Amino acid sequence: MIKTLSTSVLALCATLGAAQAQTDINWWHAMGGELGAKLDEIVAAYNASQSDYRVIPTYKGSYAETMTAAIAAFRAGEQPDIVQVFEVGTGTMMAAKGAVYPVYQLMADMGEDFDPEGFLPAVVGYYTDTDGNMLSMPFNSSTPILYYNKDVFAKAGLDAETAPKTWGDVEAFSRKIMETGAAPCGFTTGWISWVQLENFSAWHNQPIGTLENGFGGLDTELTVNGPAQVKHWENLAKWQKDGTFQYGGPGGGADSAPKFYAQECAMYMNSSASRAGVIANAKDFEVGYGMLPYYDDVEGAPQNSIIGGATLWVLQGKPEEDYKGVADFFTYLSSAEVQADWHQFSGYLPITEAAYELGKEQGYYEANPGSDVAIKQITLNAPTANSKGLRFGNYVQIRAIIDEEFQRLLSGEVDAQGALDSLVKRGNDMIRDFQGANG
Amino acid sequence: MRAFATNKMQTKRTIFRNRWLPYLLLAPQLAVTLVFFLWPAGQAVWQSFLREDAFGLKTTFVGLANYTRLFDSPEYLNALRVTLVFSVSTAALALLSALLLALALDRTIRTTRLYTTLLVWPYAVAPAVAGVLWWFMFNPTIGILPYLLEGLGYDWNHALNKGDAMALVIIAASWKQISYNFLFFVAGLQSIPASLREAAAIDGAGPVKRFFTITLPLLSPTTFFLLVVTVVYTMFDTFPVIDATTGGGPAQGTTILVYKVYDDGFIGLNLGSSAAQSVILMGIVIVLTVIQFRYVERRVTY
Repeated sequence: MIKTLSTSVLALCATLGAAQAQTDINWWHAMGGELGAKLDEIVAAYNASQSDYRVIPTYKGSYAETMTAAIAAFRAGEQPDIVQVFEVGTGTMMAAKGAVYPVYQLMADMGEDFDPEGFLPAVVGYYTDTDGNMLSMPFNSSTPILYYNKDVFAKAGLDAETAPKTWGDVEAFSRKIMETGAAPCGFTTGWISWVQLENFSAWHNQPIGTLENGFGGLDTELTVNGPAQVKHWENLAKWQKDGTFQYGGPGGGADSAPKFYAQECAMYMNSSASRAGVIANAKDFEVGYGMLPYYDDVEGAPQNSIIGGATLWVLQGKPEEDYKGVADFFTYLSSAEVQADWHQFSGYLPITEAAYELGKEQGYYEANPGSDVAIKQITLNAPTANSKGLRFGNYVQIRAIIDEEFQRLLSGEVDAQGALDSLVKRGNDMIRDFQGANG
Repeated sequence: MRAFATNKMQTKRTIFRNRWLPYLLLAPQLAVTLVFFLWPAGQAVWQSFLREDAFGLKTTFVGLANYTRLFDSPEYLNALRVTLVFSVSTAALALLSALLLALALDRTIRTTRLYTTLLVWPYAVAPAVAGVLWWFMFNPTIGILPYLLEGLGYDWNHALNKGDAMALVIIAASWKQISYNFLFFVAGLQSIPASLREAAAIDGAGPVKRFFTITLPLLSPTTFFLLVVTVVYTMFDTFPVIDATTGGGPAQGTTILVYKVYDDGFIGLNLGSSAAQSVILMGIVIVLTVIQFRYVERRVTY
């Protein structure tokens, strides 16, 4: 009895000893539901693979909540080592020079083997500074694609295997679908800001802002009130009026997905990371995939689409030991196996060439049609200054302004030119504010 | 005799001999006020004079710039207007419906208890949950009410129509407050002596006249108390309802002042402006309270 007891005490001491020798790495993230479970799985595998560090993932709510929580924690000196920040927060994080530990520097300081060349340019381009240094670690990046209902297409007498290529196709297909009564609405979309303005501009090689979409400095200004964007928004308003297009609400457009799932709208544009959800919810019909539509009379279209999603930022003010662990964990996280697994599970883009190659070798894309549309679309052409991404301060608020102006357009308060002009003016005020606070 | 008096005085004095004791007894309450009210309020006032980046790495003192910019901003003026419409409508709806229900209950003899219980239930629902409930019912895609309204020829869409959105938040916000107001009105009605109404009835006053000349004046202290409570509720406690139903939209059509404080501070990370807005809100509460205690309360018939 005493012997068993002393053995267990010894065992307990040993575990405690081991636990104390481990360095805890805190990671705050915004991945709920299935994605969160997968993330926990990835972290658990890392923790089991070595005994020096223990990564503790914590779900902090939405992207905005996670970012606010991390900033508040930083101000109180209680910041996590790693925080997941959505792409629109990039401008804010980059400007906070004393608060973030740039990833390229971290990897170099910790002597970790790190090759930025191995990452997809379309992904890392968004997160590098003007000298080409990677500031944060890409984790979950996606790009919008087009989903369509094959059954409705067939019912309307369209070819179920052909996705619309141009906006002209979208209009013609929608008309046919509605006239034949195959579905009451042509198309809907998530993320008006991200899909129908930012990606629309990049896809048509139109500038979103001056100074290379803001990559060149805080002195940038928005330029989304160009003729191509005005024409597109004018069309969206017109299509909304005649029922071709149904609006799914601001932000992510929460009401758009149900319209597609319920077979009310035949086409649906949203993140490639929605793929798993679409497949799970499209119980009674087959889903087809296509690239985003473009206007064939706009020169330079289609160019390439840009990403959304989030990256991992390392925060300053932690002991050296922590950073060693973070560097080690990042190496694990960007390994081809982990990346391919995460990409195939979630529909996010593979962030490294190696992960993409691995998927090809595994025959994943052949077995899962449509799963490579996103990566093909984002790498369609070498990114130009207009299609590398965007970087503006206070962009979270500017996204809200985009939604507001779009709502004003749809409610008939203003026309497309008026909405986009007002958007540019209000957005520029936000950018000037940010410049004032950070310049 | 004299000794007795001295003794008595001494006893009296002993009660207050330790002049620190009252402060000591007050200390817990003062500490709570200090830590949870004065300190953060002071920080908000200080923050409202600063311009700062999100991480607090660069701080500039800008004086009253945050305030002047607010009153130059069409968005803030819009939020003021929206708050006014929302507060007045919600208070009116919540008070009138509650009064009607209370009067109806006052006339029932049986099953009073059952009605009371049923009517008080919504108060126990968390505001965010109430918001989600209404959001479901009014959802343009999956909701039951837009479906029914469509049958009546009305195309309900609070995602685009500001009027619809305002109606939705007013209904959702008052629904929660009706229970509370109802309880107070019932208590107020029950405290009015039946003899007064009976006497008026004998004198030939009809039910409508009895209500306006007897019930309503005697109910005025309750009404006034509820008015202040409801206005404060609409301005500060309705945040979860708005967040869960419209998110302040469409195009800021339902962005009330307190929602804008959250939006600019927590989402936009513009702490200076958000702090200035909080200070203005604090000013509004102070003014409301002063009006309550100094001015209107005296005019209410007790």
